[in-house]
Amino acid sequence: MASVVFYFQVHQPFRLRRYTIFDTDTRYFDDTHNEEILSKVADKCYLPANAAIADLIDKHDGDFRVSYSVTGTAIEQFRKWRPDVLESFQALAKTGCVEFIAETYYHSLVFLYNRNEFISQTRRHHDLTSELFGQEPRVFRNTELTYNNDVARVVRDLGYHTILTEGADHILGYRSPNFLYHPPGCEDLHIMLKNYRLSDDIAFRFSNRTWSEWPLTAEKFANWVSRINGNGFVCNLFMDYETFGEHQWTETGIFDFLTALPDAMFDAGDNDFLTVSQAVERYPSVGEMDVPHMISWADTERDISAWLGNSMQANALHDVNAMADDVLASGDSELIHQWRLLQSSDHFYYMCTKWFDDGDVHTYFNPYESPYEAYINYMNILDNVRARL
Amino acid sequence: MKVFMLGWEFPPHISGGLGTACYGLTKGLDELGVDVVFVVPTAVPVDTSTHVKLQSPATLPLLNRPSPARPARQPDPNEPAAHSPVAQERVSRHIELLQVSARLQPYRQSDPGDQPAIRSPVDAQSDDPAAPGSPNAPRRPEVIEGLPGDPDAPTAAAAQSSSSAGAHYDGDLMTEVQKYARLALELAAHEEFDVVHAHDWMTFAAGQAVAAASGKPLVVHVHSTEFDRAGENVNQQIYEIERTGMHAARRVICVSYLTRGIAVARYGVDPNKISVVYNAVVAANSNVPNVPAPIQQNEKIVLFLGRLTLQKGPEYFLEAARKVIERFKSVRFIIAGGGDMIDRCVKLAADMKIGRYVTFTGFLRGDDVARVFKMADLYVMPSVSEPFGIAPLEAISHDVPVIISKQSGVSEILTHALKVDFWDTDEMANKILAVLRHDPLHKTLRQHGQIEVQKLSWLDSAKDLSEIYGEVAP
Repeated sequence: MASVVFYFQVHQPFRLRRYTIFDTDTRYFDDTHNEEILSKVADKCYLPANAAIADLIDKHDGDFRVSYSVTGTAIEQFRKWRPDVLESFQALAKTGCVEFIAETYYHSLVFLYNRNEFISQTRRHHDLTSELFGQEPRVFRNTELTYNNDVARVVRDLGYHTILTEGADHILGYRSPNFLYHPPGCEDLHIMLKNYRLSDDIAFRFSNRTWSEWPLTAEKFANWVSRINGNGFVCNLFMDYETFGEHQWTETGIFDFLTALPDAMFDAGDNDFLTVSQAVERYPSVGEMDVPHMISWADTERDISAWLGNSMQANALHDVNAMADDVLASGDSELIHQWRLLQSSDHFYYMCTKWFDDGDVHTYFNPYESPYEAYINYMNILDNVRARL
Repeated sequence: MKVFMLGWEFPPHISGGLGTACYGLTKGLDELGVDVVFVVPTAVPVDTSTHVKLQSPATLPLLNRPSPARPARQPDPNEPAAHSPVAQERVSRHIELLQVSARLQPYRQSDPGDQPAIRSPVDAQSDDPAAPGSPNAPRRPEVIEGLPGDPDAPTAAAAQSSSSAGAHYDGDLMTEVQKYARLALELAAHEEFDVVHAHDWMTFAAGQAVAAASGKPLVVHVHSTEFDRAGENVNQQIYEIERTGMHAARRVICVSYLTRGIAVARYGVDPNKISVVYNAVVAANSNVPNVPAPIQQNEKIVLFLGRLTLQKGPEYFLEAARKVIERFKSVRFIIAGGGDMIDRCVKLAADMKIGRYVTFTGFLRGDDVARVFKMADLYVMPSVSEPFGIAPLEAISHDVPVIISKQSGVSEILTHALKVDFWDTDEMANKILAVLRHDPLHKTLRQHGQIEVQKLSWLDSAKDLSEIYGEVAP
């Protein structure tokens, strides 16, 4: 038997408006465009997917469970433009079958630059999650599942008992992501690793007609998961929530797949669905997982090169973080909030110059014509922020 | 496969991109083992060192060239060998270059010594008709269609259009075009080939004539159109020549989808007949002599390198420069080129009060081009309509990041370049300032640009040509 642990990430950044060196006003974000995107995703993904999940929870009488994390920026956007979406998540929370996970409020990479700011952003998200969904998060995941031993220790010290990250081959070696692990010298923190093969079968390959396994039916997938039996405890299916309806359109049959999956899973063997915390309660760690260098769930490299792969990205990330002391000292709450919105990892993702296997993924929702435009735009805005200090 | 190729430029006698393209393409064809007989007109001699050694016409009796197809002819003692219109050399194993004594020099030189000051079409009209051959003579355009009739009989339409023949054309061009066509036709009679390939409008008449006489298929290669060169004020006669050539050809090759679009929309060419073959670039020669340090060590240098004419957008360059200088003083804008707009540009810079930030170098040749690239921090190509644009590729291969107009053919193949609409001088200035102020941007553009440009090769273009030849002459 295997315990399927679904975890869905819900995030929208505040994308920047076009900002040249001649611009001087302090509106940095393209509200019109961001609202359009949010509304589109709400109608194609959030609402129908939440409805599907709610139906499954109802139909299976509490045996179907999932986990989410919703970033602070996404929640701000829901509040501004689509409060109905926030309500539908709150309804899910009330079922008791849904766990909400903590992360940095601003979906930032600040862990790499500023420990205090990282803690501050995490606490803020923790409080917001608790306030909106009525649960204190016990599990944490860092932006884009970035992780290393240091992250683990800081997160453990903040009081979380589990952290999520990528089941990267270069870390696992011969080992399987279907077991639980713990960081070196840190037995009280559990690591849950994404099974990227099975996760990506749904998230990326589902509608690809040239894939040898297309079409993917719920039965076929359930059989693959059942094969974990004896060879693992969990099947961690971690993915972007936009998989349902946005990356994979309704026409591909993704919602039908989701709706059929629990029954298929139960039929295929002694499988069940657990939240992250439930899985951790049931299963022990089988050993240490040493991750000295940052890993992530991005691209084929599963490292941080998607955000720090070239000198433009390094420069931009450095500059925005270098302002921390001055910005926080300014006491200008609007400035501080804007500065934090500028830290969302997406802004740096748009500056990526890797054009190979994963090039297409990078252009999805990318408002810029090229990574160079992304960098120029961002740095012009930083100039203005600096001028306000 | 043997190609009878007609061009009007070949290094070292170049005034624009066409010579570079012909050189690259023939080099690529040579590597593929395609034989080419390349007919070029005589041009103003240029004293640069080159691998091509021109033989003096006196040593070559007319048409007495050794060729595998036929034995050498005994020189006729009655023939004045010294006036042979043909000079030839073997450029490489498969490429043979024949020079005919016709002058196809389309672009007005800007040397004040032997030319009057830049004249507008209005000025030209008010001149007294001078003796034929003088620069002030009204044009003697002729209808050129497979060379019928008396080349000296002007037509009514031609006379009307003579004064509006763009200010950028020089001399008695149409007569020379005719002469070139006649000589090419004579040469072709003694050659065996499978296909005729004509580069740009000045050779189209020759191409059509040779194709008609030999029965071989004609391929025309459009490196630029009259709309690129003259905006909407096209020379009607040249337009007709272009159109006739494109329609007469079995295949039309365009250097970009931009140009292909113009061929379809403005010339009515069947899109199925058009093939796009992109130009490429030869890797930069790193053995350039050292550049002497500029006077201001910390000045950033922004380069415009091209003909100073409407098509190349120098006014937009200057307007963007003005906006840059308002925010960033440690900069120098170098304008390297000559052309009909040079006086106007100098005046414009002065009127904008940025004269001291702008340097005009005049037309650069040979190693000077490499030197100026080495000095530059940024290259800008603000072309209004650029069929392709090899220069940005040269800049990148010299390790200089580029900003290019979106209205250019080369923007179709370059990803690691900054792109702007030519008229958007605010955005141009925005991008210039960004590159000058942010070293990571400069560095990333350079690194990725180099990799991208290294993947481009004339061999690939030549392979495309070879495939096309195979299709039209199976």
